[in-house]
Amino acid sequence: MGGVLVLVEPDGGVESSAVALAFGRVIAGGLGELLGAAAIGPVADGADDALPALAGGHGATHVHHVRHPLLDDYSPECWGEALAQLVAHTEPRAVISPATARGTEVMAQAAARADLPLATNCLTVSPDSRAWQLSRIRQGGMLIEDAELTAGVVMMTIAAGAVPPDDAGPTAVSTSGTAQVVSYTPEFDTSFVHSRVVDRSAQESGVSLTTARVVVSGGRGVGGAEGFLPLEELAKLTGGAVGCSRVATNNGWRPHRDQVGQTGSKVNPDLYIACGISGATQHWVGCMGAKHILAVNTDPDAPLVTRATHAVIGDVAEVIPAVVEEIHRRARRT
Amino acid sequence: MRIMVCVKRVPASGGAPQLTEDGRGIDTRHLSFTVGPHEECAIEEAVQLVERFGGSVTVLTVGPAEAEEQLRFAISLGADHGILVEAGPDEVDPQATAFALTEAIRDGEAASGAPFDLIMFGNESPDAGHYQVGVRVACALGRPIVGGVKGIDVDPDAGRVRFRRDTPGGAEVFEAALPAAVAVREGLNLPRYPSMRGRLRARKAEITELRPHVPAGGLRRIRLRVPEQQRPETVVLGHGASAAPAVVDLLEELEVV
Ligand SMILES: Cc1cc2nc3c(=O)[nH]c(=O)nc-3n(C[C@H](O)[C@H](O)[C@H](O)COP(=O)(O)OP(=O)(O)OC[C@H]3O[C@@H](n4cnc5c(N)ncnc54)[C@H](O)[C@@H]3O)c2cc1C
Ligand SMILES: Nc1ncnc2c1ncn2[C@@H]1O[C@H](COP(=O)(O)O)[C@@H](O)[C@H]1O
Repeated sequence: MGGVLVLVEPDGGVESSAVALAFGRVIAGGLGELLGAAAIGPVADGADDALPALAGGHGATHVHHVRHPLLDDYSPECWGEALAQLVAHTEPRAVISPATARGTEVMAQAAARADLPLATNCLTVSPDSRAWQLSRIRQGGMLIEDAELTAGVVMMTIAAGAVPPDDAGPTAVSTSGTAQVVSYTPEFDTSFVHSRVVDRSAQESGVSLTTARVVVSGGRGVGGAEGFLPLEELAKLTGGAVGCSRVATNNGWRPHRDQVGQTGSKVNPDLYIACGISGATQHWVGCMGAKHILAVNTDPDAPLVTRATHAVIGDVAEVIPAVVEEIHRRARRT
Repeated sequence: MRIMVCVKRVPASGGAPQLTEDGRGIDTRHLSFTVGPHEECAIEEAVQLVERFGGSVTVLTVGPAEAEEQLRFAISLGADHGILVEAGPDEVDPQATAFALTEAIRDGEAASGAPFDLIMFGNESPDAGHYQVGVRVACALGRPIVGGVKGIDVDPDAGRVRFRRDTPGGAEVFEAALPAAVAVREGLNLPRYPSMRGRLRARKAEITELRPHVPAGGLRRIRLRVPEQQRPETVVLGHGASAAPAVVDLLEELEVV
């Protein structure tokens, strides 16, 4: 039956879904195939139009809306099985999803159940009759891997930072701007093994690390938990959040949710202030998205100093309190 | 409880990766190796669960013969047994890795006549980052699996487990029946350091070695590249406390104070 299928997240991931749809559109165009979307589970109340509009706005002719009582709340196994069944039913050439946590989990489940390979975190993709050529992110972004994917159905997730390719010539896509919704109901055995959500809670408010305009981060050079007090003060004065390196987390100076890096959070502030952090690659990949980086370090040759836009060479315990004091002094003056 | 933890040998370097001349891999000649932070937390959690409920922890890896080092490290932290599936020096694709892990787990379960109550993975491997090996193993064995987990609450008597994970908007808690699988993230716990006694035990522990035939999957690595990054000329604002006015000038320029 062919076509290119994009798994979209109308509730949580409109932006990342749009990137995946843009990829799908170009791939479908290049192959001369139709672009379709798939959404699993109920859409939010009053958002019935959002699905066809999101998909159609990116050139999809149709949206498979996959519904079943077992899909009414999220379950990795049920959602993955539903997608695997939809793939068997529609036989697309390729299935694409955004590389969000949920998108990746559902794709991995579907690929495992359909016994298909899966390439995650792709940056570029080019179809080929023999094997598809792609590039994907490794090591949290320090490396790019060029790879080949050989499969009956090509499955891949598109990295958040991937730039959609230019339009690849004439496409067989919809121009009406709204896609036709087609319902699909998968079947589940009564003995189907799965986990289910039993509780949900919302985040506590406050400045969040991943959305803060300023992040004041500390590492080994801060020296201990108390050493973070001036950093907290500077974060408060700049409306920012406090981050840290893995050394700070491992020593119990900060909770892990403050950790920036490959196994922590990726941050994209206007300004990242790195205090007593050497700039190991695993930390760097978490903060390299910052517009400006100010490194405060006793070592002028530390990797973070040489990679930063700005640096102060010196002891954190002297520099940061002096900065805080200078902010107070200027505030008193005005 | 019988717990299986799957770990992968990966380079530990914090420096910029050096590639081999043909660009097909990383030049590992001068590197030391480790297991990733997520997997360290998986080992720690497994050891804590067994300390609490009794049972045993087995660690399993697919990799080169040298990956024995990572198994011994896990044993020094409190794991009981190690299984090495020898797969040679080249990276194994995720389908083949999952196949080899699944076979080894099936063997272990057949030998003891009972499933592992919990099979644990890292959320993603630090080097390849396929985000899928755990899911493939769990599916092949017919076990439920939740990823990104930062909290585990097991009730062995009731035969159920709860997994908590962070979401973009907050947190969600899943429930599954045992036997189950889980892929965990750093932050689940604060891993311990190896004790002297643990190190001695690890040195003496016997490692089971397997060499199955493993069919290749559909994803093939061709080469690695270092992405281009612009290196700005670093503006040094000054030295020590005397740099404070220049720093605040910058903060004002960026309109954050
Ligand atoms: C798979 C893997 C994943 C990882 N994930 C992460 C991650 O997500 N995040 C992360 O951060 N790390 C991560 N790491 C660890 C990483 O490799 C480094 O070990 C870690 O980032 C180093 O932290 P640090 O810079 O605080 O400490 P160090 O590397 O010890 O650096 C301390 C720095 O402070 C400076 N300094 C010392 N005293 C002072 C002072 N008084 N004033 C000013 N400067 C001073 C020193 O010059 C030095 O540059 C990971 C490692 C691996 C293997
Ligand atoms: N070669 C391997 N040996 C043992 N476990 C592995 C191996 N590769 C991956 N895993 C496990 O699967 C998890 C996810 O890996 P990946 O799918 O590569 O991101 C890892 O954190 C490990 O727990």
